[in-house]
Amino acid sequence: MSAPTLPLDSATIATRDSSPSAIVFDDVHLSFSENAVLRGISFRLALGETKALFGVAGSGKSLILKLAMGLLKPDSGRITVLGHDVVAMSEEALFALRGRIGMVFQESALFDSLTVRENVAFRLTEEHGASDEEIERRVREALRFVELEHTLDLFPSELSGGMRRRVAIARAMITQPELLLYDSPTGGLDPVTSNTIIELIVKQRDVYKTSSLLVTHRLQDAFTMATHQFDTQTSQMRLLPPGQHCDVPMSFLILRDGKVIFDGDLHELAQTEDEYIKEYIS
Amino acid sequence: MELTSPTEFAKEKILAVQDYTLLAAQSVANLFRKPLYFADMMQQADLIGVGSLPIVILTGFFTGGVLALQTANTLERFGSITLVGQLVSTSMVRELGPVLTGLMVAGRNASGIASELGSMVVTEQIDAMRALGTDPMKKLVTPRVTATVFMLFFLSVISDLVGLAGGLVVAKLLLNLDARQYWSNAVQTLGFADILMGLMKPALFGLIIATVGCYYGMNARGGTQGVGRATTQAMVAASVLILVTDFFVTRFLMLVLSYR
Repeated sequence: MSAPTLPLDSATIATRDSSPSAIVFDDVHLSFSENAVLRGISFRLALGETKALFGVAGSGKSLILKLAMGLLKPDSGRITVLGHDVVAMSEEALFALRGRIGMVFQESALFDSLTVRENVAFRLTEEHGASDEEIERRVREALRFVELEHTLDLFPSELSGGMRRRVAIARAMITQPELLLYDSPTGGLDPVTSNTIIELIVKQRDVYKTSSLLVTHRLQDAFTMATHQFDTQTSQMRLLPPGQHCDVPMSFLILRDGKVIFDGDLHELAQTEDEYIKEYIS
Repeated sequence: MELTSPTEFAKEKILAVQDYTLLAAQSVANLFRKPLYFADMMQQADLIGVGSLPIVILTGFFTGGVLALQTANTLERFGSITLVGQLVSTSMVRELGPVLTGLMVAGRNASGIASELGSMVVTEQIDAMRALGTDPMKKLVTPRVTATVFMLFFLSVISDLVGLAGGLVVAKLLLNLDARQYWSNAVQTLGFADILMGLMKPALFGLIIATVGCYYGMNARGGTQGVGRATTQAMVAASVLILVTDFFVTRFLMLVLSYR
C-alpha cells in the first residue's frame, strides 16, 4: 500500500496544552550498560488523542511504551500515566493502574498454552468480578469487533500472524481501557493484513475514542490513520474528503538518536523544514 | 569470547544469589497475599507430582532392589544377611528415597519449569501478563513452588515404600530370605529421627527444584538458545544444590537429633 498524499489543507485537530493528559514524559533518560537509548525524551499525549511514534529500528520506540506501562524504570526523568507517577509506583500499585491500560505487543505475546477464548478473557478471569456468562458474552463481543469470533477454541499457534495481532487487539480492548498502547501492530505483516489491522485501530479510535500511543516504522499506517475515519454506517474505513478532519486528535512524534525531533500534527509534519524528517517522510 | 574481570564476575555471582534469594522469599511470601491461585497449584501438582510418579516408582523399586543385592553380599560374610531389611529401610528412608526422588524430579521438572517460563519470557508473554495486571510471581512462580514442595514430600514417601518393596522382592526371590522377617526388620528399625530426616529433606529439595527452575526461567535471555541454556543450567544447578544441601542438612540433623 502506498502512502497517501499529505492533505496539506486539512489540519488535524491540535490538542490544547490545558486539556487533561493521558501520558506525560518529562526529560526521560534510559541507558543499557554504556549505551544511552533515550536521552531526554519529553512529550505529552492528551486524553482522547492518538499519537503515532516513529523512528528507525533501535531508536527506543518500544521502550517508550514499556516505560509508560511501568514494565521498565527510567534512569531519570518523570513519567505520568493517567495522573499517576509510574516511576515512583511500586510493582504492586502498578498492577492496578495497568488494569486501566491495554497494550498490544510487537509479536502479539498471546499465551500459547491458552485458547483464543482464554487469552481474550484473561483479564476478566483474573479480576474475578464477572460471571462465566458475562465473560463469554464480552469475549465474543471483543472477537466480533476484530472479526474473529470463529476462532474461539483455537490456539494461537493455529492462527496466522495477522489473526494473532487481531486477537491481541481484542485482548487489549476487552475491558475498554482508558489508554491503548500499540507496539508495531503491523510489523512483519503483508500490506493487505496491515491495512486490516490499521482499520481495526481506526475503528477502535473512532468508536470508543480511546487515547492511543502507536509505535510504528510504517509511515503509511499513520498517514492512513490521519486521513481516514471509520464509518459506523458502512462498517468500513473511508478516506476523509480534502478540508475535512478526523474527529479524534491525531499527532506524530519522531525519534532520532534517543531524542524527540518532531512532535506535532499532520499539517506541521507536512510543512517541516527539517531535512531528516523530509527525507524520512518522502 | 569476552573476558570478564574477577571483580565483575564476583559481582555478577553475588547479584545472582541475591536475585535467587529474593525470588525464593517472594514465592513463599506470596502464599500469604491475595490472590492465591489454587487452581494453578492443583494443575501444577498434577503435572509435577502425578506426572513424575512413574519415574519415581521405577527408580525407588530398583534402588531398593539393588541395595538389597549389594548389601547382602557384604552382610553374608559376617553372617548377618537377615539385616538386609534393616539396611535397605534406613538407607532408603534417610537418604536414597529423598535424594533420588529429588534428582529425578529435578531432571524432569526444574528443566521443565525453566523452559516453560523461559519461553514465556523471550516471547514477551511475561511482560504481557504484567501488562494485563497480573503478577507473574503470584500466578506462575508460587503455584509451582507450592506444588513441588507438596508433591515431592509424597513422592519421597512413595519412593521409600516402593524401595522397601524392591528390597523385599530381591530378599525373597534371590536371597531366599523370609519375607515377614525382612519386613519386620525393615519397619522396626526406623525411629523418629529417621522419619523426621526422611520427611524434612523432600520439602527442602522441592523448594530448591522449583525456585531454581523458576529463577533460570524468569531470567532467560537470548531467544531459543537462551531458553535451552536456562533449561540445562536449571537442571544442573538444582541437582548439585540437592546433593550439597543434603550433606549439610544430614550433618545438621545428626547434631540436633543426637543421631547414632
